[in-house]
Amino acid sequence: MELTWPILSVLIWLPIAGGVAMLALGERGVVLGRWVALLTTAVTFGISTLLWVYFDSSTALMQFGEERAWIDIPGTLVSTYSLGVDGISMPLILLTTFITPLVVIASWTVIEKKPAQYYAAFLILEGLMIGVFAALDALLFYVLWEAMLIPMFIIIGIWGGPRRVYATIKFFLYTFLGSVLMLVSLIYLYQQTCNAGQCSYLIADFYDVPLDLNTQIVIFLAFLTAFAVKVPMWPVHTWLPDAHVEAPTGGSVILAAIMLKMGGYGFLRFSLPITPDAPGTLDWLVISLSLIAVVYIGFVALVQQDMKKLIAYSSIAHMGFVTLGSFLTFELMSVNGDTRGAAMGIEGAMVQMISHGLISGALFFCVGVLYDRVHSREINAYGGVVNTMPIFAAFAVLFALANSGLPATSGFVGEFLVIVASFRADFWYAFLAGLTLILGAAYTLWMVKRVIFGAVANDNVATLTDLNAREFVVLGVLALAVLALGLWPAPMLEVMHKTVENLVQTITTPKL
Amino acid sequence: MLQESILLTIVLAPLFAAIVAGLGGRVIGRAGAHSVTIAGVALSFGLSAYVLWQLVMDGVPTYDGSVYTWLVSDGIRMEVGFLVDHLTALMMTVVTFVSLCVHVYTIGYMHDDPGYQRFFSYISLFTFSMLMLVMSNNFLQLFFGWEAVGVVSYLLIGFWYTRPTAIFANLKAFLVNRVGDFGFVLGIAAIVYYTNSLDYSTVFGLRDVIAADTMQIFPGVEWQAMTVVCICLFIGAMGKSAQVPLHVWLPDSMEGPTPISALIHAATMVTAGIFMVARMSPLFELSETALNTVLFIGATTAFFMGLLGIVNNDIKRVIAYSTLSQLGYMTVGLGASAYAGAIFHLMTHAFFKALLFLAAGSVIIGMHHEQDMRKMGGLKKYMPITYWTALIGSVALIAVPGTSGFFSKDILIDAVGESHLAMAPYAYWSVLLGVFVTAFYSFRLVFMTFHGEERFHADEHHKPHESPWVVTLPLILLAIPSLVIGWLTVERVLFGGYFGNAIAVLPAHDVLEHVKEEFHGPAQFVVHAFTGPAVYLAAAGVLAAWYLYIKRTDLPGQIAERLSALYKLLANKFYFDELYQAVFARGSRGVGTALWRVGDVALIDGGMVNGSARVVGWLSGLLRHLQSGYLYHYAFAMVIGLSALLAWYVLR
Repeated sequence: MELTWPILSVLIWLPIAGGVAMLALGERGVVLGRWVALLTTAVTFGISTLLWVYFDSSTALMQFGEERAWIDIPGTLVSTYSLGVDGISMPLILLTTFITPLVVIASWTVIEKKPAQYYAAFLILEGLMIGVFAALDALLFYVLWEAMLIPMFIIIGIWGGPRRVYATIKFFLYTFLGSVLMLVSLIYLYQQTCNAGQCSYLIADFYDVPLDLNTQIVIFLAFLTAFAVKVPMWPVHTWLPDAHVEAPTGGSVILAAIMLKMGGYGFLRFSLPITPDAPGTLDWLVISLSLIAVVYIGFVALVQQDMKKLIAYSSIAHMGFVTLGSFLTFELMSVNGDTRGAAMGIEGAMVQMISHGLISGALFFCVGVLYDRVHSREINAYGGVVNTMPIFAAFAVLFALANSGLPATSGFVGEFLVIVASFRADFWYAFLAGLTLILGAAYTLWMVKRVIFGAVANDNVATLTDLNAREFVVLGVLALAVLALGLWPAPMLEVMHKTVENLVQTITTPKL
Repeated sequence: MLQESILLTIVLAPLFAAIVAGLGGRVIGRAGAHSVTIAGVALSFGLSAYVLWQLVMDGVPTYDGSVYTWLVSDGIRMEVGFLVDHLTALMMTVVTFVSLCVHVYTIGYMHDDPGYQRFFSYISLFTFSMLMLVMSNNFLQLFFGWEAVGVVSYLLIGFWYTRPTAIFANLKAFLVNRVGDFGFVLGIAAIVYYTNSLDYSTVFGLRDVIAADTMQIFPGVEWQAMTVVCICLFIGAMGKSAQVPLHVWLPDSMEGPTPISALIHAATMVTAGIFMVARMSPLFELSETALNTVLFIGATTAFFMGLLGIVNNDIKRVIAYSTLSQLGYMTVGLGASAYAGAIFHLMTHAFFKALLFLAAGSVIIGMHHEQDMRKMGGLKKYMPITYWTALIGSVALIAVPGTSGFFSKDILIDAVGESHLAMAPYAYWSVLLGVFVTAFYSFRLVFMTFHGEERFHADEHHKPHESPWVVTLPLILLAIPSLVIGWLTVERVLFGGYFGNAIAVLPAHDVLEHVKEEFHGPAQFVVHAFTGPAVYLAAAGVLAAWYLYIKRTDLPGQIAERLSALYKLLANKFYFDELYQAVFARGSRGVGTALWRVGDVALIDGGMVNGSARVVGWLSGLLRHLQSGYLYHYAFAMVIGLSALLAWYVLR
């Protein structure tokens, strides 16, 4: 069955319209504004579930497609407003629409400074993020990709902590510098389509552009810079801990849950299919950086004193599985001569992205709950929280275990698939990646021990009050999602199969 | 035909009870919590016994079916499903029976604890996880159950979360187990690599494919693929079943409440590794290197961990070291290919060790939460039921002929004696000498606790007292199988082909077949025992304990002084904890700090990021000097520039 109305445009523009409406309402209408924000994001989520309902898992083609003229200067610049989703982008859009209402609920009474503008920033950000995942035109993608930085820049810069200026500038410069190289590559690819006779910024047309190996390598490296910063991969990761520490809770959640996924998405949508031969010579680089992320960052996370920093480093380590899983294909081809395991690696990477979105989001919410009460993120400022906040402690322990990859939570699924797939390529990949079982448990549960367990450490902890209904709803919903995905991941993988199969086919067909 | 609905009820009843008691604990209250969980486990036990009956008496075929598909990726179907054969049914019945006893016992033991409902919820959740583990028909669900029991163990060791020692112990337990799980996951990945499947039946069917392959992990060294697979899997077993060098968590796990020490850290969870290796017998059989490794690790654990029991004064820790040692016995059995013997010892051990722990718990209640045996003595007359049941547990543990422990342990020792593997002689002497050690520490415990002079100071109100019936009833229930289960079942289970296809042994490794030649019924076997050394070693151990702890109580101190180096080594548990603390705990924190301070902060942030910012700042600082604002500066620069250009044009 097909939808007769442009669902993707609605998903993009509805939250943006809501955001503009919030700005128009201004700070005087903030009580009404909150409800507008909640209603908008909830309706957006509701509509987005139709994507799943009407999704056809039997094809790798783009679905819910829309195409309108956007920029048309013949011979100079042709770009279309072209949207569509496949099995890779659809789950990520659902993740976005699922997390945003929770952010709105979590911020309900917490933000005191200009709340209307705060909500507006999140709503506009949501629309832009959905747009990034839905865009099929590279220029449109790029515009949305960069536009997305602005609301996040504002969120951290205005509602952030004391070092917010340093953090925002670092965040902005890092991601912006990376993206500029991507823009150059996109322009180059556009020129190539023109040379072939049909100027186009459509990503699908880029797939067919013939490129020699050296060109591919240059373009690949340009994309790598853009996406590696976003993921972030070692050694371009240091903006993330700073950004997280300074960001307000909602900002951290969106950053960790969704914005980091843009990098992983970019690898799958751009790097692999456009330059399929370059990773054949450069996959060692990505794989090494991924494994460094898992092991090196795992050790670094262990010694963090700031809870948000610890979770930020944990995010980097977990995202290492995404890049590792995505780039196994070529190694598998050269070791075994077939692509067995490639699909498992990519699907594992996808699941890891969704799962990390839920778990890291939940962990940042948990830190937010404590921060709202005590105004400290330092591990040393806590101890024995379970005595005064038993319900919160139950949630925190659940999410911590999920973060350490406990089976029956979503955290296990992706890591397991990537480890199993990487074993096919090389024993040592699986060995190093598998260390996360120990390191992940060590840094997460050691934090739990020092924050949650123990006797009441100080007066602040003694006077804590347990979760209120609002917080309970947010963490409860996330807990259900984490468990559901861990107990029965099959439906989520179902929608990916065809797309991933097709992707493996594309990237193993040489362009040379 | 076994019905799926019955099997589902067996696992889901405790899960349901755990959820009700856990989430609705405040609503249903204490009585509600223990009623619902006990009902759940009782239902599970009843149906497990029924399933066992059907398999054994009615001869229904093995059940192997999937419940639902967890996911499909790369054409590999990962499922949740049940395999119920004779091995599984035995485990199910043992697990649910001990769990039921512990549930009832908990009513008495945790009577005054504010976490009453939470505790019942956890132990029911544990029962669910353990059942999922043993009933699995594939590696994935096995790993699910494996990790799930680990988590419940983590939660229960840290049950009294305000105690610093408890939350240290539970973190340690989880992390050490994770080291084992790390190996386990690699083993599973290897299996998927070679067979493209996670189902036992498919994997076992393709075992020759694995055996025919080799693998290069280090360049230039070819290893048999089967050896790699089996050793990886066995590392998992070493973590969960606390084998040296991954044993360090088990003694510390005694920080948890005593009922779970009995259920999880003696009778069931720690035997998961033994069960797993037995389940994987078709694979282990094909790698003698792996079997030798298993023998070596098991024998080392059996003997050296037993020694530690001799010097400890904490009643629970002595039993914990005994558990380590007995797990070593089972592991030795596995290594000698006497899988059935290992499982048989697992079963008898589950009864008598759970009994010993629960009896120790009863003593602890009676002594008002005193665990130090030096402050006990003479409790026999105050706690007769506890005394007699503890004595029954101890005689079973030291394998007094006729008791359940005798049949399982003596046959294991005989079986190892028949093995021809390279490690077999070492293993044989270890387990044989271990008999003396076992008898010595067991009766040291009995004498120090129940006999001799009363070393506690109690007024009228704080006299030791016998525990309530909810505590003593499980003791009696467990004492019965501790005494008789061996006699009743040994012939059928070990020599009657009970396990059928569940356990595979190559004819060349079939040591139990040799033992069978000497076995002509349990009564004859008891008589036969007096022709071997084990029974005399056990008697010597008891005598030595009696002499040192009843007759000449001044001697142990003198011996400790005379052999102070040895004593220190034992008292410090061979310094494993200190070593791990220094190398792994402090080491990884050191590595983390170094990577963070040097890598992230100094090099990446200081050098690359802020460094490039500084370079930009410095350059613009330089360039700023050019923008002086004086007209003659600019004119001068123009003149120089023009002349340079001209010169270039003219001279090129």
